[in-house]
Amino acid sequence: MSALIEGLFNGISIGSVLLIAALGLAIVFGLMGVINLAHGELMMLGGYTTYVVQNVFKPWGEPWFSCYILVSIPIAFIVAAIAGIILERGVIRFLYGRPLETLLATWGVSLILRQLVRSVNWLLVICIGVFCLLFFGGMRLLSRRPDWERIRNLVIAILLPMSTAIAVVTGFLLSQIPALTKAWFSARNVDVTAPSWLRGGVKVLSFQMPYARLFIIALTIICLIAVYWFLNRSTWGLRIRAVTQNRAMSSCLGIPTAKVDALTFAIGSGLAGVAGCAVSLLGSVGPNTGQNYIVDTFMVVVVGGVGNLFGTILAALGIGIINYLIGSGTLALMASSVESLKPLVDVLLFFATSSMAKVMVFALIISFLQVKPAGLFPQKGRTAEL
Amino acid sequence: MNNKIKKQKKRQKIIETGIVIGLVIIFAVILPIVLPGFRLRLLGRILSLSIVALGIDLIWGYTGLLSLGHGIFFALGGYALAMHLKLQIPEGQLPEFFTLYGVKELPGFWHPFYSFPITIVALIVIPGIVAGLLGYLVFRNRIKGVYFSIITQAALLVFFNFFNGQQKLINGTNGLKTDTETIFGMLAGSDSVQKIFYIITVIILVAVYYFCRWLTSGRFGRLLVAIRDDETRVRFSGYNPTGYKVLVFGISGAIAGIAGALYTVQTGIITPKFMEVPFSIEMVIWVAVGGRATLIGAIIGTLLVRLAQTFLSESLPEVWLFFQGALFLIVVTVLPDGIVGWWRTWAWEKLSYMLGLKERIVTYPSLEENPETKQEREQLSDR
Amino acid sequence: MSKLGRRRFLVYSSATVATSMLLKACAGGNETTSDTEDGIKVGILHSLSGTMAISETTVVDAEMLAIDEINADGGVLGKKIIPVKEDGASDWPTFAEKAAKLIDKDQVVTVFGCWTSASRKAVLPVFESKQHMLWYPVQYEGQECSNNIFYTGAAPNQQIEPAVDWLLENKGKSFFLVGSDYVFPRTANTIIKEQLKAKGGKTVGEDYLPLGDTEVTAIITKIKAALPNGGVIFNSLNGDSNVAFFKQMQGAGLTPDKYPVMSVSIAEEEVRQIGTEYLKDHYAAWNYFQTVESPANEKFVKAFKAKYGEDRVTNDPMEAAYIMVYLWKQAVEAAGTTDIEAVRKAAVGQEFDAPEGMVKMTPNHHISKTVRIGQVREDGLFDIVSATKVPVAPIPWNQYVPETKGYACDWTDPNKGGKYKKA
Repeated sequence: MSALIEGLFNGISIGSVLLIAALGLAIVFGLMGVINLAHGELMMLGGYTTYVVQNVFKPWGEPWFSCYILVSIPIAFIVAAIAGIILERGVIRFLYGRPLETLLATWGVSLILRQLVRSVNWLLVICIGVFCLLFFGGMRLLSRRPDWERIRNLVIAILLPMSTAIAVVTGFLLSQIPALTKAWFSARNVDVTAPSWLRGGVKVLSFQMPYARLFIIALTIICLIAVYWFLNRSTWGLRIRAVTQNRAMSSCLGIPTAKVDALTFAIGSGLAGVAGCAVSLLGSVGPNTGQNYIVDTFMVVVVGGVGNLFGTILAALGIGIINYLIGSGTLALMASSVESLKPLVDVLLFFATSSMAKVMVFALIISFLQVKPAGLFPQKGRTAEL
Repeated sequence: MNNKIKKQKKRQKIIETGIVIGLVIIFAVILPIVLPGFRLRLLGRILSLSIVALGIDLIWGYTGLLSLGHGIFFALGGYALAMHLKLQIPEGQLPEFFTLYGVKELPGFWHPFYSFPITIVALIVIPGIVAGLLGYLVFRNRIKGVYFSIITQAALLVFFNFFNGQQKLINGTNGLKTDTETIFGMLAGSDSVQKIFYIITVIILVAVYYFCRWLTSGRFGRLLVAIRDDETRVRFSGYNPTGYKVLVFGISGAIAGIAGALYTVQTGIITPKFMEVPFSIEMVIWVAVGGRATLIGAIIGTLLVRLAQTFLSESLPEVWLFFQGALFLIVVTVLPDGIVGWWRTWAWEKLSYMLGLKERIVTYPSLEENPETKQEREQLSDR
Repeated sequence: MSKLGRRRFLVYSSATVATSMLLKACAGGNETTSDTEDGIKVGILHSLSGTMAISETTVVDAEMLAIDEINADGGVLGKKIIPVKEDGASDWPTFAEKAAKLIDKDQVVTVFGCWTSASRKAVLPVFESKQHMLWYPVQYEGQECSNNIFYTGAAPNQQIEPAVDWLLENKGKSFFLVGSDYVFPRTANTIIKEQLKAKGGKTVGEDYLPLGDTEVTAIITKIKAALPNGGVIFNSLNGDSNVAFFKQMQGAGLTPDKYPVMSVSIAEEEVRQIGTEYLKDHYAAWNYFQTVESPANEKFVKAFKAKYGEDRVTNDPMEAAYIMVYLWKQAVEAAGTTDIEAVRKAAVGQEFDAPEGMVKMTPNHHISKTVRIGQVREDGLFDIVSATKVPVAPIPWNQYVPETKGYACDWTDPNKGGKYKKA
C-alpha cells in the first residue's frame, strides 16, 4: 500500500515537473502552431530571475527571505513574458506559416540566450543599449520622412554598420573599467536555496513527501486552473480561441490579431518562466538548464495531442509515472512476482537505470505514435500536419 | 532553336566539369602539399561533414523533410569503422577497454566487423536501414513537418542514451579511439595514412555529389520536389509518397554513415557526443547557409560555417555561439535561399551587369533570356 | 558607357586589391619556434566554454597563478614562461585537434591540460604519436600509465580506495553507488565493487544519472529500498547533478546521520554552489582541502585570493594544477633544457613542498600524495577528519580488479614500461 502511494506520488511529481514545463509550450505550439525551441531558455531565464530575487531578499533577513520564492514567481513570469514578446515581435511574427523556419530561428535564439547568460555584464548591456538607441532611434526618426519607403534599404545599410561600430568602439573604450566587465552569472551554474519551509518533507506512512515537490504540484495545479480560466472565461481568451480557429474571420470582425498573437506568446513564455522558477527548487540553474527539458516537453505535447490541454495533462502524468516505474525498477519487481511475465524481467531490469529508462520511455513514445499518430486527443478532421 | 539550347547546355556542362576537375586537383593534390598536417586533417573533417550536408540537402532541400536526428546515422557509420579498427589485434585478444569492465568475451555483434568488406558494407547499409526503418514508422502514419523533426530528435536521444550507457558493449561515453589502431598494417593516426583518408574523402565527396545530382535531376528528383511542394496532390496523382520518402531518407542516412566513418578516422575518436542534439541541428544550418536544394550550396555552406567556427572559436570562443545563433536568424529571415540562392538570383545578375558582361535585365530572367525574346528584340531594334 | 567603364574599373581594381591582400595574409604567419629569445611557450588546454568550463576555468586560474609566480621569480632557465591558451570547448574531438595545434603550430614545450577522462583519452594518441608531454591535474580512475603524461591528481588508491576503507571502518558495510553516466564513475564503481568484495563489504545497488539530468526521484527510491535502515552512499556524480541529488535527498528525509554520503567530485567550489544547507555533515575524500594547515598552503591560498578575489576558494584539482607547473619547472631546471626527452627523465624523482604536503614524482609518472577525508562544516569548508601520516605512493594499475592485478608501471626502466607483471 505504502509502496503504491509512494510510486504514484513520485510518478505524479515527475509528471508535474514535465507538465509545468510543457504547459507554456502546449499553448504556443497548440494554439499558434509555433515550434519554440527557445522554450527551455525561457525557463532558464525564469530560473535566473529566481536566483536574482533570492539575492535581493537575502540581506533583508529571515521573515522576508522565507517568502522570496512567492515573489519570484510573478517576476519570473513577467521577465519571461517580456522576453517572449520581444521574440515574437522581433522574429517569429515574420515566420508564421513556416514552422520549419521558425524551428531553426528559435534554435538560433536559444543559442544566443545561452551565451548571453554566460557572458552578460554591464559592458554588454551598455553596448546593446547604445546599439538599440542609435539603430532603432534613427529608424524611428527617419521613418517620419515622406520618402521613407524609398530610402529604407539605404538607411538600414548605413545605420546598421554605423551603430554597430559605435557600440563596439564604446565597448572597447569602457572595457578598461573592471567593474563593468565582471560577468553577472558567468558560465558557472548558480544555485537557488529553497527557503527553510520548503526543505524537508511531510511523513506519510513509511515515506516522506518532499515539500518542494508538493509545492511544484500545487503550483502546477494553480497554473492549470489559471490557464483554463483565462482561455475559456476571459474576453482575451475568447479572442485567442477565435484567432486559432479562423484568423481571417477574426480579423474581419475587428479582433486585433497581431496583439492576440503577441499576448498568446507572452503567456506561453511567462508560463515557461514560472516553470523555470519551479525547477530551480530541484536542481541548479545554468546556461544548459533549458536543454534538459526541451525534448521531453515536446514529447509531452505531441503525445497529448496538439491544442488539447487535457491531453497534455494526461501525457505528462503518464510519461512521468512510466518513467518512474521503469527507472526505479518497480516495474521489474512487479513483473517478477507474476509467473507469466518472467521473461520480461530481464528486459525490464536492463532498462531499470535512470539513463536506460529514458531510452525505454522514448522508444515507447515512438511506438505509441504508431497507434495514435496525432496523440491522445487528436484535433478532429485533420491529420497531424502543420 | 532547339539545337542552340542544346549546344549551350553542352557548353555549360563542359565548363562545369572543368571547374569540378580543377577543384578536385586543388583539394586533392595541391592542398595536401601546402597545408600542415593538422590543418589538412581539419579540412578533411570539414569535407566529410559536407558529405553529410549533401544527404541533408537531399531530404530537406528537395523533399522538405527536416531531420534533426542525422547524428544517429553519422555516428552509426563512425562506430562501424571504429569497431573494425579496434579489432585489428591478434586473434583471441579483446580490445583493451573491455578488460576495464570485466568483459571476457567479445559481444556477438562485434564479430562481423573482423572483416573489412563487411565493415564497408555495414557502414553504408546499417545507417541506411535504420534510417529507412525510422522513416517507414513515421511516414506510414503520414506524420510530417515539424512532427517528423521532433520525432527524429527524440530518436536521437534514444540512441545517445543507449550508446552512452552501454560501456560493456561499446565503451560508453569514452567512445572508441581509432588513432592508435592499425589499418592494413599502418597506423591510422600517422600523417601518411591521414593524407590517404583525406584524398579518399575528396573523391567520395565528388562521387556523392554526382550521385545526388543524378538522383535529383531525373523523374525521381521531380517527384521529391513535388512531395515537398504538395504531398496531397502527389497522392491524388496516384503516387504513394511513403515509399519514395522512406527511400530518400534511407539514402540520406547511408550518406551520413559514410560521412561519419570518414569523419571518425580523421578525428581519431568516435563518442556518443556525435549524437548530441546541437550537432544534428548544426548540420541543418550548413545546408541553410549554403542554400537549400542546390547541392553545391550544402558543400559551400559546410565549408564556410565550419571554417568560421574554427577561426572564431580559436580567437574569440565567447563570440562563437552568438555568431552561430545570429547565423540561424539571418539565414531564416534575410537569406532564405542561402548564399548560392542569393548569388544565383541576385548577386550574379548585378555583378555581371557591373562587369558589363550582360545587359541589365528589366523583367524576369526566364523571360529576358529566352532566345525567342532576344530574337524578337533584335528584330525590333533592326527596324 | 563611360559610367559603365568607371564601374567596371572600380570592381576590377577592388577585386585585385582584395586578392593581393588575401594572398599576403595567407603567405604571412611564420612558424615560430618554442624556445625563443624572450620566452618558453607552454600550452594550456582546457574547456573555456561548454559544460566543463565551470570546473576547468578554475584550474586555468591556478595554472596561471603558478606561471605568474614563476615569471615574477625570474622564470625558468632565465626565460619567461609564455602560456598559450586553447579552448577544448567540452568536446573531446576538439581537445585532440587543439592538442595537435599546440604541438605543431605553437611548438610548445609541454601542455598542461584536460579535466575529464574522456578528454584525456582523446588527446592521449596525439601526445603518444608526437612523443610530447601532457600534465594532467585531476583525480581519475587509473588503469592507464602513459610515458607521455604526468598525472598530478590522485590515482584510485590515493582517493577512492582509502575513502572506502575509512567508510568500512567508521560508517558501515552496505554501500549504494551513485554516479553520472560517464567513464570515471563507472570505472571507479567497478573498482569499489571489487574492493568491497575483497574486504567484506556489500554493494546493495548502483545507478547512473545521465549528465545534466536533474530527475533523481527514481534513484532515491532505489536507495531507500536497498538500504531501508540507513547505509553508506558513495557518490561520484558530476557537478550539476549533485545539486539535484542533495536537494532531493534532504526533501526525501535521507539525512547524513543515517545515510552519510561520501563524494569524490565535490570540493570547496562545489560546496559553495550547492549550498551548505544541503551538504552539511556529508563527507568528501581529497588530497587537499583549503583548511589544510601548513605554511605552503597559507601562502598558496593567500596568493590565490590576492590575484582572483577574497571570495574565491581553492580546491584539490586547483592545487594539483598549481603544483604540476612547479614540478615541470623543477624538471626543466634539473635537465637544464626544455628538450622533452630530457625533461621527462628529470621529472621523475622531483620533490615539491606542495600546499597538501610533500609530493614526489614516482617512476610511474604519478605523484605520491597525502590522503584526507573531510566533513562539510557550516562555512562551506571542510573539517579534516582523517589524514594519512605520510604521502601514499600511487598505484595506477588497480590491484583489486582481477584483470590488472599484479601489474605495475615503471618508465625509468626500459624493460618494464607502462604495464609489466610484478615479480
